[in-house]
Amino acid sequence: MVENGHHDGHGHGDNAEYYSLRAAAMQALLIEKGVCTLDDILTMADKIDSRSPKDGAKILAHAWVDPEYKKRLLADAESAFLELGYDLPETSPKITVVENTDEVHNMAVCTLCSCFPRAIIGRPPAWYKELAYRSKVVVDPRGVLQEFGTAIDEAVQVRVIDSSADYRYLVLPMRPAGTDGMSEEQLAELITQESMIGVGLALAPENVRAS
Amino acid sequence: MAGEAAAKFKVGDQVRIRVGVPPTHFRTPEYVQGKQGKIDTLWGAFPNPESLAYGGDGLPAQPLYQVEFAQTDLWHDYKGSASDKLLIDIYEHWLETI
Repeated sequence: MVENGHHDGHGHGDNAEYYSLRAAAMQALLIEKGVCTLDDILTMADKIDSRSPKDGAKILAHAWVDPEYKKRLLADAESAFLELGYDLPETSPKITVVENTDEVHNMAVCTLCSCFPRAIIGRPPAWYKELAYRSKVVVDPRGVLQEFGTAIDEAVQVRVIDSSADYRYLVLPMRPAGTDGMSEEQLAELITQESMIGVGLALAPENVRAS
Repeated sequence: MAGEAAAKFKVGDQVRIRVGVPPTHFRTPEYVQGKQGKIDTLWGAFPNPESLAYGGDGLPAQPLYQVEFAQTDLWHDYKGSASDKLLIDIYEHWLETI
């Protein structure tokens, strides 16, 4: 066991060294016990690191412009991902897409740990893994939305999805007004990581920084 | 899939989440235990994480459901709208018939 040293036992939130040592120890044990190979671990890590919110944004922007694709994406996300060249590794949990509308607003969380649609949008942001978000969003989702500066009308149903098992959830945000003439590429720039978790909305076009 | 149990519940059924703290890795958070909800989706059968986590084969695979709760049923002082929901994925052996 890793020595706790001078730590006070109240968790290791700021101790990156502790976590990397623990990860290295677990990796060594998994390989030694034949649970998986070093190659399996590196392949999966490479896959996750090769994906980022940009990939999710590209897929979801396509759903904004192609209603038939959107139907397929909502019915069977993994086949729809494949259509655009995104395959999931065999070891990936299932991923499904939920649509935000003017009647329902979905938000994703993993209260037990940090389950996230990594195989499509990469690693979760740090706040997603913190107890503050994980504990508050299920109890007071509208309070969390407020903290993120996201205004959701009282008449809209807020649906918090706790990814506690074999499915991961990717949120399809609503397409903002005033985006009719925009290309798919420009639309993808409106889709932020926060909007794909459901704590935010897609950006209004005037809020995208010119690049 | 071999060793797969037929799903006992269907979409729309009312269920209660079992209360328990088994001495293993379980994926049923305490905040839904003892609460009543409604089956929203049947996802199919998946290996049981309580067995998988300890090197078991996870069989028989457990039907996995997405269960919908009214937030006001989970938290008596819920601050949001009465129509707000919480959805969570629960394995069948944690569900009780009402």
